[in-house]
Amino acid sequence: MLELLVWVPLIPFLGFLILVLTPQKNSPAFAPWIGAGSVGVSGLLVAIIGYQFLHGTMQPYHAMLGSWLAIDDLAIPYGFYLDALSLTMLFVVTGVGFLIHVYSAGFMADDPGVTRFFAYMNLFVAAMLVLVLADNLLLLYLGWEGVGLGSYLLIGFWYEDANNGYAARKAFVITRIGDTAMAIGLFLLFTHLHTLDIQELMLRVTRQWPVGSWLPITAAALLLGSAAGKSAQLPLQTWLPDAMAGPTPVSALIHAATMVTAGVYLIARTHSLFILAPPIQFGVAIIGTLTLLMAGCAALAQTDIKRILAYSTISQIGYMFLALGVGAWSSAIFHLLTHAFFKALLFLAAGAVIFCFHHEHNIFKMGGLRKTMPIAFWSFMIGSAALSALPFTAGFYSKHEILLATFQVSPVLWMAGCLGALITGIYSFRLVFVVFFGAQSHKIETKLGWQMSIPLGVLSILAVFGGMLQIPLASIFPALLNTDIQQSFNAVSVITVAAPVIGLLIAVLFYLTGSFSVQQFANHSLLKPIRLFFLSGWAIDALYDYLFIRPFKAITSLNKNDVIDGVYACIAEFSQNLHRVASASQTGRVRWYASSMVLGTVVIIAIGLLS
Amino acid sequence: MMLPALMAVLVLGGFTAWFSESKNQFAPRWVAIITLIIAALLLVTLDRGAGQIEIVSTGVPQKWLAAFYRPWIPRFGIGFHLALDGLSLLLIALTILLGFMAVSCSWTEISHRQGFFFFNILICLAGTVGVFLAVDLFLLFFFWELMIIPMYFLISIWGHENRTYAAIKFVIFTQVSSLLMLVSMIALVLINHASSGEYSFDYFKLQNIPLDPDMAFWLMLGFFVAFTVKLPAVPFHTWLPDAHTQAPTGGSVILAGVMLKTGAYGLLRFVIVLFPEAAHQFAPIAMLLGAVSVLYAAMMAYAQTDLKRLIAYTSISHMGFILLGIFSWNLLALQGVVMTMLAHGISAAALFMIAGALQERLHSREIDYMGGLWALLPRLSALALFFAMASLGLPGLGNFVGEFLVLLGAFKVNILLSSVAAIVLILAPVYALAMMQKTFYGPLKNQSTMGDFKRHELISLGLLVLACLWLGLYPKTILDISAPALQQEMQNSVAMKPR
Repeated sequence: MLELLVWVPLIPFLGFLILVLTPQKNSPAFAPWIGAGSVGVSGLLVAIIGYQFLHGTMQPYHAMLGSWLAIDDLAIPYGFYLDALSLTMLFVVTGVGFLIHVYSAGFMADDPGVTRFFAYMNLFVAAMLVLVLADNLLLLYLGWEGVGLGSYLLIGFWYEDANNGYAARKAFVITRIGDTAMAIGLFLLFTHLHTLDIQELMLRVTRQWPVGSWLPITAAALLLGSAAGKSAQLPLQTWLPDAMAGPTPVSALIHAATMVTAGVYLIARTHSLFILAPPIQFGVAIIGTLTLLMAGCAALAQTDIKRILAYSTISQIGYMFLALGVGAWSSAIFHLLTHAFFKALLFLAAGAVIFCFHHEHNIFKMGGLRKTMPIAFWSFMIGSAALSALPFTAGFYSKHEILLATFQVSPVLWMAGCLGALITGIYSFRLVFVVFFGAQSHKIETKLGWQMSIPLGVLSILAVFGGMLQIPLASIFPALLNTDIQQSFNAVSVITVAAPVIGLLIAVLFYLTGSFSVQQFANHSLLKPIRLFFLSGWAIDALYDYLFIRPFKAITSLNKNDVIDGVYACIAEFSQNLHRVASASQTGRVRWYASSMVLGTVVIIAIGLLS
Repeated sequence: MMLPALMAVLVLGGFTAWFSESKNQFAPRWVAIITLIIAALLLVTLDRGAGQIEIVSTGVPQKWLAAFYRPWIPRFGIGFHLALDGLSLLLIALTILLGFMAVSCSWTEISHRQGFFFFNILICLAGTVGVFLAVDLFLLFFFWELMIIPMYFLISIWGHENRTYAAIKFVIFTQVSSLLMLVSMIALVLINHASSGEYSFDYFKLQNIPLDPDMAFWLMLGFFVAFTVKLPAVPFHTWLPDAHTQAPTGGSVILAGVMLKTGAYGLLRFVIVLFPEAAHQFAPIAMLLGAVSVLYAAMMAYAQTDLKRLIAYTSISHMGFILLGIFSWNLLALQGVVMTMLAHGISAAALFMIAGALQERLHSREIDYMGGLWALLPRLSALALFFAMASLGLPGLGNFVGEFLVLLGAFKVNILLSSVAAIVLILAPVYALAMMQKTFYGPLKNQSTMGDFKRHELISLGLLVLACLWLGLYPKTILDISAPALQQEMQNSVAMKPR
């Protein structure tokens, strides 16, 4: 049954083709069925394949579909590679992806562009599946850019608003900066190792390159650049908050559960290379830590429900990077898995709130929804608990693993991680308390169809019990140095568990019981600038605007008419002037001709006599 | 006999189209279509499996798919010598495919003097095919000129508001540079005469003649400039934006799709093979020019507000890859050059067809005048999106394969230039997506006077979509055709060693 693997990405792609070729005028009723159905079938195949794989020998399975490029020593096949890591990713992409597609059928039902929407969604899923299944880096790059395209199309889905288009372009261009680093990384790897097949590459890397030499360091740094772009880590994180311009199911699928974790997947996939480049691997941990703190603080100040979730996504991926950086490879993937559950849940629940509020995003205009929207409320409670890693939720298990592993490598990073966990507790429950408690501000009609409620229910279950899933990644990653610390009970693990609970309590005091006045804090003369600084995402957008965008625009618009063309225009001008001088001498007067002839003769004789 | 027949069909078809106008106003376009169908049939049925033809010149047997020779001016050793290998086959196939596109997009756009219009289109195509086939330098020069004159008429008669300026600029640039080529060519023949006592313009006889290095450099430069102006690369590119904005759509399709490729072909076929040592010396500078073209033109494209001008600058940017790839001179880069030629031919032609269709509908090329057109013209917009993606190098489409291979091949030779040129991967979405945004997204600014694409436009552009996907997803078919030709070129120029 493993031969079915090639159909896993192909079926969503076929769905895309069908939807693209149907007339878009009056969106047909079958569009959601094809859109969600193709991902569902694909998910079913993954379930069958997964069952067989996990109950078999768990030997990696390799499927070849043909050759893409073959020149000299460059041989790039359409090859798919299934192992425990790609299987985990397949479960996330098709499973969570399917639930989000079903939800979208309800969410987008009244949109005139629903056919186009599902076409883009299917294209995205197909590309993501190619990304996780690719057996070589070039095919991975195809999927990588393909998800970038899907993301661009879906962020700018409501194209009538030019701001959405701007956000879409921003996402594409900023992630392309990372992609370019990856392309150069591929050139470097291929030039020195003569293959792009990932497994073979990792073998050759380990065999041929010494630890800490410049080759693995450069190659790993380039791959890190691409991962940072796709996964919205410092310094390329600025596109993700703006990407919330897309429809909310898109944010759930692309900008929370799947695409943004591609960078984590890439680093995990090429971990052998990162092990050979210790400074870069530690750099991954540093980037992760800085990002998780920076994004956590930014989330504290946001008022847009989706932007809070966007910054929390950046922050949680920071934890995954931290895990990768300290060598806790499987913990990173585990957190990726649980994060996909609870973050998709949070986004879809936020979508339900936004849906019933007619596209209102500001949390302070909501309030008291606990009674009127019980499904959304409980989804948010569960999702936020898992996000803040409260005990016995899925997020707890994965984040706990990460922080304990971090402590072994660097207590400083561990402290930063715990601080991040505390901040996570605050902003998650700030959101819940502001939106669902307090006085109800608006009358809203709640009508969530089954398409929207069922995915919320399933994801809630996964967000609670997803931590029990055992993923067999031991065969893929080298084991941690010291595993017994994870079982032991000591001060470190107590602090790790307590941090988010403290955060939760702070949120209770500020936003639920009102023991402290939020207003006083927010408008305090010292704190207000900090709040605004956090609100702007640490002013990084403004910084990039001054550093890159304005100079680029100034230079290009200054040179709109091409200085080089000016050179040729000068030549033309010069010859025209010559022509004018020459033609001025041609007066048609005999007197003038005769005298100039005499003058010329005199000059020639003079030259002859004097020389 | 097949090779001269191919050109004869195009020339005869051209005259028939011209004269048929007096019978029926709409006859010329049908004549043009039929002519192209016959030419396509000739190319498809071309007997290339049966015999690889060996052309023995200076001892080295050359394998070609087909050849044709008749003495022309024997006194000076000038022959009507044509030869076809995989490289020329692919480029001629592209020429004929885009010939169909040029006729298709002129179907309703050209209303006056249709006969002379299609005459010029077909003669221009004949000249281009001739350039791709000629292996006699004098004959090459003849076809080179044959291609330029009809293009001058296309721009200056059916062009837009500033057509005379653009047409004269085009002619001056190409004529001055081809004069340099002519001088180099004659000098080369005279040097060969001095050493061997025989006049010959034959490509095969002029290879591997002993040359003084300084002399070789200057002769090489003459050819290089002629082909680089045509390519075009910075700093010889400024004729192209003017020519493209003013040319009728059919002219733009041929200009961008095929005529620029004659420059690339010339560099590959003549400059490096005739002057391998000099080309080797010159390679770093040529590659630098390539990298500069790639980046400079991409930045220029972003600043443009005239849609056709924008696309013209993207063409220059893509042609920079060709310069970079050819002078890297290894199989990866050369295959990348071939793929870039074909893929750019298709995507640029398609973009110009779309720009032309927009101009027909809105009577403007100004991007600022457009906006929100997706709601009005969804098919046209979706096709524009596809080719914008091709142009920014999305994997899975043809341009990516070409650019990836060029950069990979160049990386083996010059890490710095290849990495710097790779920055265009960031600049390309900057201009391509800005174009999409301003033209098709946002609120609707101005109404169109015509509806969305109809059947014949969908068929034409649909074919280009399929071709672009084919190049991107299954390039093997193309690479297999070009590989023997490229390997032979590399053998012929052993002095230009892959480093």
